[in-house]
Amino acid sequence: MSALELRDVVVDYHRRGTTVRAVAGASVSVGAGQIVGLVGESGCGKSTLARAAVGLVPTSGGSVTFEGRPVTPLSRKARPRELARLQLVFQNPYSSLNPRRKVGAQLADALATLDLVPRQARAARVRELCELVGLPPSAVDRYPHEFSGGQRQRIAVARTLAADPSVLVLDEPLASLDASAQAQLANMLVDLARRLELGLLLISHDLAIVRHVADAVSVMYLGTIVEQGPTRAVWEEPLHPYSEKLIGAVPRADGSGVLPTALPGEVPDPTAPPPGCRFHPRCPYAFEPCGVDEPPLVPLGAGREAACWLRIGSKTSREETTRRVVW
Amino acid sequence: MDDLRVSLPAGGRDLTIVDGVDYRVEPGEVFGVAGESGSGKTVSMLALLGLLPEGARVGGSVRFDGRELLRMPRRRLREIAGRDVAMVFQDPFTSLHPMLSIGKQLTEHVRRHLGLDRRRAEERALELLREVRIPDGRAAMRAYPHQFSGGMRQRIAIAVALACRPKLLIADEPTTALDVTVQAGILHLLDRLRRENELAIVLITHDLGVMSAVADRVSIFYAGRVVESGPRADVLRAPRHPYTRALLEALPHPEAARDQPLVAIAGAPPSPGAIPAGCAFHPRCAFAVESCAREVPPLVPVAGDRRLACPVDPFAHAEPGSSKTNQVREFPDV
Amino acid sequence: MTAVALRLPRWRVHSGLRQPLAIAGGVIAVLWIIVVIFAPLLAPYGPLAQTFTASQGPSLHHLFGTDELGRDVLSRVIYGSRVTIPIGLLLVALAATIGGTIGAIAGYFRGPVDGLLMRAADLVFAFPPIILAMVVAAVLGKSLQNAALAIVVVAWPSYARVVRGLVLSVGDSEYVQSARLLGSSAKRTLVRDVVPNVAGPVLVLATLDLANAILLLSGLSFLGLGAQPPQAEWGSMVADGTQYFQWWWMGTFPGLAIFTIVLAFNFIGDSLRDVFDPRTERR
Repeated sequence: MSALELRDVVVDYHRRGTTVRAVAGASVSVGAGQIVGLVGESGCGKSTLARAAVGLVPTSGGSVTFEGRPVTPLSRKARPRELARLQLVFQNPYSSLNPRRKVGAQLADALATLDLVPRQARAARVRELCELVGLPPSAVDRYPHEFSGGQRQRIAVARTLAADPSVLVLDEPLASLDASAQAQLANMLVDLARRLELGLLLISHDLAIVRHVADAVSVMYLGTIVEQGPTRAVWEEPLHPYSEKLIGAVPRADGSGVLPTALPGEVPDPTAPPPGCRFHPRCPYAFEPCGVDEPPLVPLGAGREAACWLRIGSKTSREETTRRVVW
Repeated sequence: MDDLRVSLPAGGRDLTIVDGVDYRVEPGEVFGVAGESGSGKTVSMLALLGLLPEGARVGGSVRFDGRELLRMPRRRLREIAGRDVAMVFQDPFTSLHPMLSIGKQLTEHVRRHLGLDRRRAEERALELLREVRIPDGRAAMRAYPHQFSGGMRQRIAIAVALACRPKLLIADEPTTALDVTVQAGILHLLDRLRRENELAIVLITHDLGVMSAVADRVSIFYAGRVVESGPRADVLRAPRHPYTRALLEALPHPEAARDQPLVAIAGAPPSPGAIPAGCAFHPRCAFAVESCAREVPPLVPVAGDRRLACPVDPFAHAEPGSSKTNQVREFPDV
Repeated sequence: MTAVALRLPRWRVHSGLRQPLAIAGGVIAVLWIIVVIFAPLLAPYGPLAQTFTASQGPSLHHLFGTDELGRDVLSRVIYGSRVTIPIGLLLVALAATIGGTIGAIAGYFRGPVDGLLMRAADLVFAFPPIILAMVVAAVLGKSLQNAALAIVVVAWPSYARVVRGLVLSVGDSEYVQSARLLGSSAKRTLVRDVVPNVAGPVLVLATLDLANAILLLSGLSFLGLGAQPPQAEWGSMVADGTQYFQWWWMGTFPGLAIFTIVLAFNFIGDSLRDVFDPRTERR
């Protein structure tokens, strides 16, 4: 059973009179102790999906379930206690911490809010949390601005660990950090995931790190998941043309002078996605059904899924499949 | 560039940002300059164009097309810099003027430096947009920067840079802010421009993958000095400086075993005010010997076109792709 | 504004308050506060005593001279501080509290409540402050209390705007979102995270506003709408002074008193603003 399950999630934003569909039916699941990477380029909706996954943003369709219970969007009331074990780490370590409170106080606040630890034991737990993320004990008496980006991100992670989470959603946690800090933080996350049986949903545009760190990867394009599967398999043999292009576009530092593959065209405006398969105008393999019907994400064996007519077959066979299911 | 030195005033004293850098860029080649932030790679380029802030002190020599740029009077420098040397910056959102139409930005530049009349300038602008593969050039001319995506803006910035047919294009982290597929497109563009126009490109980046894809020769910067340089294939496949090695090792390796931690270089690059004596990298280097802390290693030729600033030279005979590493342990950053 | 709110790193407070203007302002303000507290001890005579030769210029016995009714101007200026400064402080505190609360409600509930409250604020903003204050004071009747009330009416919207803006932006900030994810209710984060961040800017606004409030109060009294004779109040003293221009000391000294206190609070307010603005470079 997955700890976190997103099924056919749809998220709409209302902006200046128009509605933008940032996520148009995406399904991802994260099991206990599993590291799932969600990759995609700007505008694909992955950050929105991350926020919907924890309830920061309401969904307009589909369902989000955590440990069997529905994830309700945040209202003015306190978030239900059952959801406390589902937490989020933000991208920007400079704005996700309160600049006016010491680190120790913020961690203690988290413990106080959660009310999991009696008052006398809180100081000790704060020290434990710092240790878990590799911060020195002196950190508790300092303000966030006294730390580097990488350390601030650790503090943010420590804060979520106060809730003893079973799933952690991380929205581009490495993007604001330099290369060294990225490596260190990535290692720390993997270590925590393995040690604490913590499921991670890692949203990132950095394919190389996701490839190194994730057990399974989902590829997102213009609001939909186009491919999903075990990381190694997806890398070695991408089943969706966009995944293929995305992976091919990552330049390799092997001195070969080989240019990465280019993907012509531009990402379409999310308010007016192309008919049929959203990727088809830029797809080198597009054929008749692609411009007509949007392909569903179907399982293709060995835990792999792809949303591509090439893999599923023609429109008629899809109709047959549907009919079979109904009957 | 010969023994270029740049120091900038900060907090009452002068900090040496660039400390004796030399290299050569040939026409029609892509010269990659790699290094982490703060290594002096951008500042060395700004010195070339006379774009350094007030109070900067510059030493050494920078010759473009045979002419010494560093002590040239400002007006003359601007003529040459504007026409023969162009620069493209990292942030596609700020390298274009937000209030002027694309057409205006392209034609103004051309008219100023080449003295073309309006019609001819417009034709040239359309030609440039075609060259950088912006679809529907006429509509684009009337549009404003905010109406384009990041990748398109960068292409337009390149078009503006190419307007006067420069001989040298300096691209400072041109793709860092872009998505990977968009980046691939820009790299293809730079490669094509170089081949079709005999354009020399200095490509500044911290991304070794980008350098590997497009550069002919590379130089690695650390703390204001060049530590290694040479043909791209040689340097990236068989790096000899411990820092270069460490950088390459820190990249997520496609063939690494699952759950093997990413290798990070211990410590952090020194800030300009606190550069260690002797070889700037020695505190983080696993192969440092006693003399490394005393003497600044000179950049010397070691084989063919390769140059190295490391008297220890621990990887002199290492096979390409060997597993001799610099650091495996990681420190929490302080 | 509690100690919680002003939890700033020490160096900031030190460097901010070390600015020469801030020090000058602080010294002047402190001196005036001493005058307010020790007025009876400092004033040589009573403010209402009309027992002296009228319209005498400054002399050894009457450092600021006497007015047309034979009252000692110096004593009246000293006692006048007891009207202007405490009332000014009270007004600002009231306006800040009322305005701040309205702003917080608007920012917290958003939607139609926000719209309604902000339109009310806009309505007040639409009028030039002195005109509106005059109207309110005139309608309510000529007294010091009514003038004070008028000023509160005029002053609260600035606080409402500032607090609402901060409640909205801090409320949307990622650290508040993190607190909400950990299970903190909206009300709790409002108190814990938003209010401490609000207190600083409100304090700056209040300090600068104090100068305005004093000016307004003096202005209303000058127009006859505030303090009534024979009360010693700086604004009305300046008004009297304009009638007797040849006896320059009558209007000048109270005017100078207003000038110095307003300047002092402006200096302090400016420095406070720099202290609280995280973008200001550290010296």
